[in-house]
Amino acid sequence: MRHGSYRFVASFLAIPLALYAIFVISPFAQAFYYSLTDWTGISPKFEFVGLENFKTLTRDAVFRTALGNNVVLLIGVPLITILLALTFAYLLNVGGRANSAGVQGVRGNGFYKLAFFFPQVLSVPVIAVIWSVVMNSTDNGLANSVTRRLGLGSSEYLASPDLALYCVMWVMIWGSVGFYLVLFNAAMSGIPKDIFEAAIIDGAGRAATFFRITLPLLWDTIQTAWVYLAILALDAYALVAVMTAGPGGPDNSTQVMGLQIADNGFQYGRAGYASAMGVVLFFLTLIIAAIMLRATRRDRIEY
Amino acid sequence: MTVQIDVKGPAEQADQGGGKGSGKPPRIQPAGGKDRVFSPVNVFSHTVLIAWSILVVVPFLWALIASVKSTGEIFGDNPWALPKELLWSNFSKAWDKGVGDYLFNSVVVVTGGVFGTMLFGSMVAYVLARYEFPGNRFIYYLFAAGMMFPTFLAIVPLFFVVKGFDMVSTYQGLILVYIAYSLPFTVFFMHAFFRTLPTSIAEAALVDGASHATTFFRVMLPMAKPGLISVGIFNVLGQFNQFVLPSFLSPEKPVLSQGIATLLGSQRYENDWGTLFAALTIAMVPVIVVYLIFYRQVQAGLTGATLK
Repeated sequence: MRHGSYRFVASFLAIPLALYAIFVISPFAQAFYYSLTDWTGISPKFEFVGLENFKTLTRDAVFRTALGNNVVLLIGVPLITILLALTFAYLLNVGGRANSAGVQGVRGNGFYKLAFFFPQVLSVPVIAVIWSVVMNSTDNGLANSVTRRLGLGSSEYLASPDLALYCVMWVMIWGSVGFYLVLFNAAMSGIPKDIFEAAIIDGAGRAATFFRITLPLLWDTIQTAWVYLAILALDAYALVAVMTAGPGGPDNSTQVMGLQIADNGFQYGRAGYASAMGVVLFFLTLIIAAIMLRATRRDRIEY
Repeated sequence: MTVQIDVKGPAEQADQGGGKGSGKPPRIQPAGGKDRVFSPVNVFSHTVLIAWSILVVVPFLWALIASVKSTGEIFGDNPWALPKELLWSNFSKAWDKGVGDYLFNSVVVVTGGVFGTMLFGSMVAYVLARYEFPGNRFIYYLFAAGMMFPTFLAIVPLFFVVKGFDMVSTYQGLILVYIAYSLPFTVFFMHAFFRTLPTSIAEAALVDGASHATTFFRVMLPMAKPGLISVGIFNVLGQFNQFVLPSFLSPEKPVLSQGIATLLGSQRYENDWGTLFAALTIAMVPVIVVYLIFYRQVQAGLTGATLK
């Protein structure tokens, strides 16, 4: 450390740290504090009410519905997305020719990655608008025009309380698969080729190579993917707010926690209560991350 | 979705992988020999992959085409039909409905936001990666933790923080918030990048009498260009697509993604869907262009952090 470098370090950190502290750290800290108050968000006065907000939360039927819907997304989205992405990544990597150099990737590998990844770069409202029109509940909606021609009849999609949540789930999965495909693909290409060559010489087929070599070596990445997808499923605000009329869908069928936080905080004048929901969301995220990391813990394989 | 495939031919070993491939060990062939292009596995792979590509691409193509259709054609008897005449007027109507303003707001905020994010993000990352001082690790983890926080926990208090500065629905308000929320990823990514750069060049510059700041701006930053490009594109797309933050912090000055959502709401009553799709196209085309030019960097930037 040379003379004067402390001053340099401080000058480089000052503005970014200040911004981060004011706009990121302090709102998070405040949320915990406000969750214990009856603050309306409008008047500057508020009382400290202890855990009252959390008690009210347990009796709030709409919030319970929202929580339940988030849990459905929490289970469905990561599971299906990872399964699809793994399948596609595997097909990309070993779906090609087999010869002395081992099994090869399919042709057009680059094109598939380019196409699959595409929804990831668009904003959620754009995707939500397109899908909400595709899933138009009239007979002439795009999805219905296909199912009718296939003789499957039409569905009401987002207008049906039974289907709406699954439609939102589908759009989420559809938008995420490409990202995780690219992620898994990058991880797969990181596995040294000689491991596969050795396995092939030993007589392992494609399936055996996948389950015995690829999958175990990918475990770390899958674990990370799971946590990220779980966080995504706990949010879901943007899709629901744009896609389903109401918003919150017919009979609150697509109600999610993000929407409840926004409604309570900005429309019903219950900022303290909304903050309590935020705190629940925070701990849920933390718990899920911890559980996922523990449940899937394996010995790390270095190569 | 379950896809069954009938793997016929010499490989008849039962395969537990749900049709993922034949369990047959690959035939050893002489190097340079002709490859089997049409193996069942290959055909199956392409079928599945093409099917998903169609599922991804068709909705976008359909939306692009719908931008020059009339409402009657979009929801007509055959929603797949090509437009009889190209209704370019949809675009001017969309522009008049505010899409021009939304686009302008987005461009101003993203320009300021990305510039600030890149500057401050690399400054922090550089100092954290290259200098030892008390609290270094603490600050690093403080930023890293920011990637895991759910934005919704902070959104209500954040609104009042911004309101306290009298910056609701202003460019500077959104720009500062975008910078603050983009810092964690940028710092994380650039930190890893600065660590890989050789120390000898920076030391040589310092020995030659350059100040720490000069060394950073004239020597280290240019060397970090590949990393800056990756994370820069990531930030451009991320901030251009931002929806949750502006919806609450800038209700009076909507950015493009927010404006699109509002337009959908009003189309439900006005029934002018061609205009909505024209607005969507205006929102999509810049992103598509950036993506097609830089898709390697985009994918590298997005997956880079997760894989570390």
